[in-house]
Amino acid sequence: MVLLGASGCGKTTLLRIIAGLESPSGGEVWIGGKRVDHLPPRERGIAMVFQNYAVFPHLTVFENIAFGLRMSKIDSAIIDERVKRTAELMHIESLLDRYSGQLSGGQRQRVAVARALAMEPDVILMDEPLSNLDALLRLEMRAELKGVLENSNTTTIYVTHDQVEAMSLADRISVMHKGEIIQSAEPVEVYRNPATHFVGSFIDNPPMNFITAHRKSDSEEGKWLVMGKTFDGPTINTPEVKFAIRPEDLAIVSASDETGFAATVRVVEPLGAHTLVTCNVDGTLFRVIVDSSVRPESGEVLYLKPVADRIRWFDSATQLAIA
Amino acid sequence: MTLILCVWVLLPIYLLIVNSLSTPEEVIAFPKRFFPSFNVASLEFFAGFSGIVKALQSSIIVATITMVLSILIGAPAGYALSRFEFRGKTTFRVLILMTRAFPLPLLALPLAIMFIRTGLDDTMFGLALVHTMLALPFSVLITFSLFSGIPIELEEAAWTLGCNRVQAFTKVVFPLILPGITASAVFAFVISWNEVFAASVLTIENRTLTAFLLQSLDVSPMHLKFAGGFVLVMPALIFIFAVRKYLFSMWGIANR
Repeated sequence: MVLLGASGCGKTTLLRIIAGLESPSGGEVWIGGKRVDHLPPRERGIAMVFQNYAVFPHLTVFENIAFGLRMSKIDSAIIDERVKRTAELMHIESLLDRYSGQLSGGQRQRVAVARALAMEPDVILMDEPLSNLDALLRLEMRAELKGVLENSNTTTIYVTHDQVEAMSLADRISVMHKGEIIQSAEPVEVYRNPATHFVGSFIDNPPMNFITAHRKSDSEEGKWLVMGKTFDGPTINTPEVKFAIRPEDLAIVSASDETGFAATVRVVEPLGAHTLVTCNVDGTLFRVIVDSSVRPESGEVLYLKPVADRIRWFDSATQLAIA
Repeated sequence: MTLILCVWVLLPIYLLIVNSLSTPEEVIAFPKRFFPSFNVASLEFFAGFSGIVKALQSSIIVATITMVLSILIGAPAGYALSRFEFRGKTTFRVLILMTRAFPLPLLALPLAIMFIRTGLDDTMFGLALVHTMLALPFSVLITFSLFSGIPIELEEAAWTLGCNRVQAFTKVVFPLILPGITASAVFAFVISWNEVFAASVLTIENRTLTAFLLQSLDVSPMHLKFAGGFVLVMPALIFIFAVRKYLFSMWGIANR
């Protein structure tokens, strides 16, 4: 499970409440059928990986990983065995005698994860564990982390503001906004069918394009006008709704196409694999991802045709998706 | 500017060393030689001075009690200041500093009377209490900065790994601040070692070295004054030098 949200939306606070590092102003916390919100962190069966790793500087890597096990008074032969096993899992078996000052950021991250795994907790909590790593290392650790967590079969709650990280790691994404979870679903579902306007505009970069659609006429239910073109939409009784489409679900067509609306090109950004074109559609910015061979000129007028089954509709007033 | 400051501090120390290692004749002679003759007669005579050993003993005992008390009281206060939010926190911090602004002479008479009433007068413990009061602001502020230098996440990690608050402190925080605590203790020791006013007022029989010297050196010849000064200043200088890194961190100057 990944908690995803912009900074300040309360995702870290939620994680810390689950961990017992912060007390909630209301509500209950249950882990595995057991109510735990009255218990201190050490009795909740959790292990946490912190954003700044929190590797103890005065202990060796071995003792760091063994720390929690020693606290629970496990036989030292078993500790030895478990530390070695988790260290191997995280590929840090050669670093066991080092201190954290002698480790790189990525290695510290591995130690922190190994320390959590060695506890064999019911739940592992991770608070933006990759955000302090540089971009390339983050990519590498992300894939590795995913493998390790899948193999360990431990429930993991992972907090991040990086939606690519969320998409790649999550079985389920919970999108948080202003202290509330607004959508909790599989990554593809969150991507394809955002529950609210916010989710659509937050997930993926560039985000979804939104434009106001007007009711075609009172007699024709479910017909909506976008830039003078008619689309089949929801049958609700409001004068306008939001029409939404992902940048990659727009195709450039000829002026004669029925559902291709006009857009004036403002900026063209060739990004290697594809080209990002920012257009002006009736005063609204539209971002379009096209093949890298397409190079429109700034000021040129393009005709954009949305892929019909990828169009989503949102209520203008409530911001909620209309099914 | 740096040069002036250095001369300001180093010149008296230099003269003190030169003169205490010279013969009595050289002390009053002019011009001075740059290198002393390394004559230790003054220092030897000084060491044989009656009462000096006892005063030295008192100084060490008082300073040790001061050191222990100021850490035992100061470190928890420093921890609270760095980890907890409470009302009047800023005021509390300022008040701690303000105690240093309060003139000791003003306190001397009431303190003396109170000490006589409670039977603390002329005891080393009583004097150590006064010195603890003087050292406390520093030990609170030094430990405050030490604790603040330790990320709270380390403690939180310890909590999630099976520690209660006390265990997290002894297993994680304490080992990490031990060097700093030692430095803070040494500093308290030096404050007590150097303090002369309270020591002179509150003790008669159990005088510390500073109070003893103040009383006796007044009527001694020049070369003995230098020798006395040398004996007083050197331990303090060495101690302060040893813990300078932590004092800098208290005052927010980086030295690494």
